[in-house]
Amino acid sequence: MCLAVPARIARIDAPGQGTASYMGSQVKVNLSLVPQARQGDWVIIHAGFAISVMDEKEARETLRLFKEMAAAFPDEAA
Amino acid sequence: MKPLRDPAALKALLGDIGERARRLKRKPRLMEVCGTHTMALFRSGLTPMLAEAGVEMVSGPGCPVCITPNAVHEAAIAVVTGVEGVTLAAFGDMTRVPTRLGSLQTAVPARGSRLRIVYSPEEALDEARRAPDRPVVFYGAGFETTIPAIAYTVRQAAAEGLKNYAVLPALWLVPPALRAILEAKDVAVDGFIYPGHVSAVIGAGPYEFVAGEFGVPGAIAGFEPGDILLAIRSILDQALAGRPGVALEYSRAIGRDGNPVARALMAEVCEPFDAGWRGLGVIPASGLRLRDAYAGFDAGRRFGLGAATADGGTDPAGCRCGDVLRGVVRPEGCRLFGTRCRPDAPVGPCMVSYEGACLIHFKFGPERRGRG
Ligand code: SF4
Repeated sequence: MCLAVPARIARIDAPGQGTASYMGSQVKVNLSLVPQARQGDWVIIHAGFAISVMDEKEARETLRLFKEMAAAFPDEAA
Repeated sequence: MKPLRDPAALKALLGDIGERARRLKRKPRLMEVCGTHTMALFRSGLTPMLAEAGVEMVSGPGCPVCITPNAVHEAAIAVVTGVEGVTLAAFGDMTRVPTRLGSLQTAVPARGSRLRIVYSPEEALDEARRAPDRPVVFYGAGFETTIPAIAYTVRQAAAEGLKNYAVLPALWLVPPALRAILEAKDVAVDGFIYPGHVSAVIGAGPYEFVAGEFGVPGAIAGFEPGDILLAIRSILDQALAGRPGVALEYSRAIGRDGNPVARALMAEVCEPFDAGWRGLGVIPASGLRLRDAYAGFDAGRRFGLGAATADGGTDPAGCRCGDVLRGVVRPEGCRLFGTRCRPDAPVGPCMVSYEGACLIHFKFGPERRGRG
């Protein structure tokens, strides 16, 4: 039940309400819990509510770390 | 986030984990608190790979459908069968839990009443807005991840003067349950994988006592296979260094302080009480109920339901769900697992929920892979 997904805010429709793009479709998202969120931000959505704004710098850092680890085992590359 | 599933990166991490596990004095046993982690571990096939690397995983209490005692499920059934002209809105999993009264799905609603499955608490609120003469009761169940959204609907209903909206709360707090598991000592846990999305709200602070008082390391993890392995490596590093803490291995999605706005909303609408959990019994300050200022929105008070308090209700005969939730018994250790209890005919809630250990083991477990 704590399943939550990352999605990008496509637009802010009204105070506390927005539309997010998730896997190619547009979904309604309640933004009341993340007042700092802006259009274009990535958020974590759970049960129709954004509960967290993602940190793109940290996301890039994690990706870099994994690419580095993968590069150390080139024979296993996907 | 495809690189977080890259087989080469996962292999590198599993190598690190195996090397660290061998240096520990005994085989580490880690608890993944959250049912969504259990699902991620099984789906991705990591559980057997971790066993090979010398790490034993046990599932914890992180399934709201499962830990909600049958007394509460029965109260929800009493709403839809006993009150005429009501809409009971609930998350899908909550409607299939078997009780003495059947389940919400099998119960015959009172005249004019109906069950509505929702994905978001706001859909329940919208239903109340659309038909102000028709009572709508939202069976609001969840951990800290979901509680702010449920609290939002209550505050909003109050602000809009919506008198036909009420919540039947089944709201659970994770840290007190971890304390109960550690104090009961009936399962030795060498480390915790903390739930990423509960932590998005509460942050890292509320787990500090696990390291400080009990000396048990832990890490907050995301839900990709790579996230979980990073967290496990961090836990083993903490154990080896003799420096238990609360590592954050999900920093792209959450900060150490969690979401203060969400917490303020929870605190405004709800207050803690000593709640009874399936399997864990009554745990001090482990549940939330609506504050007196919002009493009019409490379905239990409005419809005079026996409050969801200490009485845990009756567990189905033979079901070991309670022990599974404490990590004491594996689903395969239940006599009914896979025989009388199956996803199409569940005996207990752990076989109902997509976060329930029994369902996940049945669908993805080693002996039964490919079934269902
Ligand atoms: S297998 Fe079924 S009966 Fe056994 S513990 Fe799990 S849910 Fe309960």
